[in-house]
Amino acid sequence: MAEHNENRAYMKTCYSLTYLMLLPLVLVTCTPAQPEVLRLATTTSTYDSGLLEVIAPAFELAYNVDLDIVAVGTGQAIALGEAGDVDVILVHARSHEDAFIQNGFGSERSDVMYNDFILVGPREDPAGIRGMLNAAEALFAVATAEAEFASRGDESGTHTRERQLWEAIGIDPTGATDWYSALGQGMGATLQFAHERGAYTLSDRGTFLALQAGLSNLEILVGGRSIDENEDPNLRNPYGVIAVNPAVHPGVASEFAQQFVSWITSLEIQAQIGEFGLDTYGQPLFYPDSMTWREANP
Amino acid sequence: MTPLTEIVLLTLKVSGIALGLATIVGVPLGALLGLSQFRGRSFIVGLVYTGMGLPPVVVGLAVYMTLSRSGPLGDLSMLFTPAAMIAAQVVIALPLIAGISMAAVDGLDQAIRLQLRSLGTSPTQELFSMLLEARLGVLAGIVAGFGGIISEVGAAILVGGNIQGKTRILSTAIVLETRRGNFGLGLALGGVLLSLAFVVNFLLMRLEARWRWRRR
Repeated sequence: MAEHNENRAYMKTCYSLTYLMLLPLVLVTCTPAQPEVLRLATTTSTYDSGLLEVIAPAFELAYNVDLDIVAVGTGQAIALGEAGDVDVILVHARSHEDAFIQNGFGSERSDVMYNDFILVGPREDPAGIRGMLNAAEALFAVATAEAEFASRGDESGTHTRERQLWEAIGIDPTGATDWYSALGQGMGATLQFAHERGAYTLSDRGTFLALQAGLSNLEILVGGRSIDENEDPNLRNPYGVIAVNPAVHPGVASEFAQQFVSWITSLEIQAQIGEFGLDTYGQPLFYPDSMTWREANP
Repeated sequence: MTPLTEIVLLTLKVSGIALGLATIVGVPLGALLGLSQFRGRSFIVGLVYTGMGLPPVVVGLAVYMTLSRSGPLGDLSMLFTPAAMIAAQVVIALPLIAGISMAAVDGLDQAIRLQLRSLGTSPTQELFSMLLEARLGVLAGIVAGFGGIISEVGAAILVGGNIQGKTRILSTAIVLETRRGNFGLGLALGGVLLSLAFVVNFLLMRLEARWRWRRR
């Protein structure tokens, strides 16, 4: 009899535990009807800098829609667009963007903004590239000195640009494992690696500025203190926006996507983009560059 | 609601539901495996144990490709929702719970089973009674499953998207703050995550203590 009672007490505990665990399920199913959603895949550089968090609420308010932002590497952002899992992409790898359009996943790419890449490295600068005006030339010096170089190695926009720079000087560093490390990591982790190891790396200026406080071993060696001092046109880093083609993926929110494209290229938002980061870094992190903006500010 | 409370509540909700579902399926499954003899059992057991070491990011990738609009279940529009994160966490926790429950039931004295049978119990009654005997081990399995998913980040960020106010949980928020260079904030969020895990484990251990006492 005692055994029986214990059994029942145990079963009761089991049941109450089960109900407790199922309770959240009820809460989830009972949440009110979903509002309209626009899904944007973008790169970590635009999101982690805080830019999108600052401008997004205005879009949500104006168009009465939830803007869901997924911040990933450019390679992954483009893959999400190709699969139709997002409605619009904001990325920075021109060659990938053009391929995206060519393959029919989007019908039009619009300029949004730009910033620039810089070469950073250890203060001792073993390859002697400080003050060089041309990034490819500087990379040639790094390769010649066999000084350590850290590569993103993750198919990101920055990695794509780095590969183009190596190609321009006819060097394939991926085989030279001694001094070249392809990390397959984000910009922050790559800068951290370069800081710890005293390695060179290619970075977008915004991320370097944001993380600079923790990177005492690194300094900007090519690209100058601001974009105005950057003499190498190959270090320019343009961002483009593309709405996913509803003909390929009928499920995408193409109307909102088109509205987002016109909104982010509009004069008002372009001006906001140009001011972002001024108070924190003394220089903007992104420069407005939409067609509308260029026409209004020739 | 502050963003932090929102994140903590979502973390508990996602992992709580996932743990509940994985427990409901995993415990009986593990017990059944532990009690039965059939051809190919060692193969299945090997699969379950291998599943315990499944890299979460691989689970995330598989769930992503299943739920993607271009995938087989794309019409459900589940990608980048808490439901997708729950699905991934169930897959991660299930082998842990089933595997440890199986081992717990398997480790019981076979004399108990013979005794139960001699009392004329039905197979279902036998299963429940054996589970009752092995409850401490089963609880350990649930605790292991919880530990595996509450701190998991690879799958959660892939299928959830780390969307502010919607799919951002503690582990993915830590990744974001680390990427942003806010190491201090990241570490503080890590402290919150650990405290949360401790509170849950403490409650489960209270339960264990009660069960242990009752057995004597």
